[in-house]
Amino acid sequence: MAKRIDVSGLTAYYGNHKAIDDISMTIEPRSVTAFIGPSGCGKSTFLRTLNRMHEVTPGGRVEGKVMLDDENLYAVGVDPVAVRRTVGMVFQRPNPFPTMSIYDNVAAGLRLNGTAKKQDLDTIVEKSLKGANLWNEVKDRLSKPGAGLSGGQQQRLCIARAIAVEPKVLLMDEPCSALDPISTLAVEDLIGELKERFTIVIVTHNMQQAARVSDRTAFFNLAGVGQPGKLVEIDDTERIFSNPSVQATEDYISGRFG
Amino acid sequence: MTLSTTNTTIPPPKAQKVVTQPGDRIFLGLSRGSGILLLVIMAAIAIFLTVRAVHAISHDHGNFLSTFEWNADQTPPVFGIAVLAYGTIISSVIAMVIAVPIGVGIALFISHYAPRRLASPLAYLVDLLAAVPSIVYGLWGAIYLVPNLQGLNLWLNEYLGWTGIFHKTDPSSSARSLFTVGILLAIMVLPIITNVSREVFRQVPKAHEEAALALGATRWEVIRMAVLPFARSGIISASMLGLGRALGETMAVAIVLSASPQLTIHLLDPAGGTFAQNIAAKFGEATDFGRDALIASGLVLFVITLLVNGAARLIIARRKEYSGANA
Repeated sequence: MAKRIDVSGLTAYYGNHKAIDDISMTIEPRSVTAFIGPSGCGKSTFLRTLNRMHEVTPGGRVEGKVMLDDENLYAVGVDPVAVRRTVGMVFQRPNPFPTMSIYDNVAAGLRLNGTAKKQDLDTIVEKSLKGANLWNEVKDRLSKPGAGLSGGQQQRLCIARAIAVEPKVLLMDEPCSALDPISTLAVEDLIGELKERFTIVIVTHNMQQAARVSDRTAFFNLAGVGQPGKLVEIDDTERIFSNPSVQATEDYISGRFG
Repeated sequence: MTLSTTNTTIPPPKAQKVVTQPGDRIFLGLSRGSGILLLVIMAAIAIFLTVRAVHAISHDHGNFLSTFEWNADQTPPVFGIAVLAYGTIISSVIAMVIAVPIGVGIALFISHYAPRRLASPLAYLVDLLAAVPSIVYGLWGAIYLVPNLQGLNLWLNEYLGWTGIFHKTDPSSSARSLFTVGILLAIMVLPIITNVSREVFRQVPKAHEEAALALGATRWEVIRMAVLPFARSGIISASMLGLGRALGETMAVAIVLSASPQLTIHLLDPAGGTFAQNIAAKFGEATDFGRDALIASGLVLFVITLLVNGAARLIIARRKEYSGANA
């Protein structure tokens, strides 16, 4: 089931460049937490440290601790592959596997985990597509390529693929920035439903979106170009958008800079 | 309208008349001319080959397709392509069986496994392998490969001789066989296959690899899920390019193979021949008619290459819907 994330003293680098500096926060299970902030403030980098995707980038490394309940993701001997099976991710641009059918896309993660029985796969694929509100649109063409769907459908297909392996946490890196408003709404509705089962963290440039979907909001900022990004504050979304405790947050959400 | 007010030499625009610059016209003429020239050259070659080949085949006293020996200069002329077609295809198949997995493996290592410090020198080394002239491969094959493959030949004969394929009729005979030729051809086509596959692997979108990683795929699973399927048609093209070279390779085969008009399943026996090898060996001393006969065999090689390419295109087109191109 959904798990709590507890980050303490997390610093991430690209080679010698410090991208984010000393970030600590707690993310509650079965909630939606939004990361907002100007471009380059490190919110996506921070998101990618939560499932150890940051270190995939050449030169990427991390200091500090990320606790998932009582397990440190960065402890010695923890396999990043196992971490990524527990903490799923949805990307900015929909990226279904172009060579696979809709069915195979959803089943891809399950097959990695060794679920091979056709019956089990059928059940989980249907459940995941229903969970991603996509089942009714694709049930008659499961064997067609996933790349033939519209952008919004592709993104929900990617969400179905991510939730099919039953992760504890779902990370979303600007999942709607490549989508039209109607598809965006569909994904936002979906996020509201998914938080019943998963801990959800979403990076967004759209402040209304953060206000609409999230329970908690974290504001990131950077002192200047080339400076590492920092967490300014994290609080209940309502409070961030009505009465933030830091002046910079208010300036940002009211559009006075960034 | 604004033009005619600022420049009085331009006449008022007539309806539907496109104004073209002289530069455009010159380049249009040049490119159109080049295109037509290519077609003319192709047609000239095709007509020349066909006329000479038909002339030779119509005077053949053997069956052109099923005769083993190639005696185009005796009277009456008796020649056929059975041994040549068999040898060409078999040696190329051996080359592909060896070179495709190794080439794809090297390409994957360079693009996905090797640290950057190692990857670029390695890629350079593979390029260098492509720059070696085929005559040098031939000399190396005859002087080094043939004696050194004798041990492998005997081992194959002893343990896999029962398959027939690896049976060596005379164990003391040299290794100047189709099998050795296949190995040499594999080395020669390796750089093409490696380079083309490597380029395709590099073009796999990062997004697909990250999608697989985020699902909890290991490095090998990323390659299996995201890289290889995306690169599938590219690997086929790479293999076809390599196959094209293997089918047409001349000097290296002519130097290494101990040719004889024998068609045998025993690949280790020093026997057989290939189209290109046969042409290289016979052309110098051939009469006019003998040359026409050799041209006929060259035409068959051309048709085989064409068929292979067509088959590759079919394979690629059949799964176009799923290709990475429309991602």
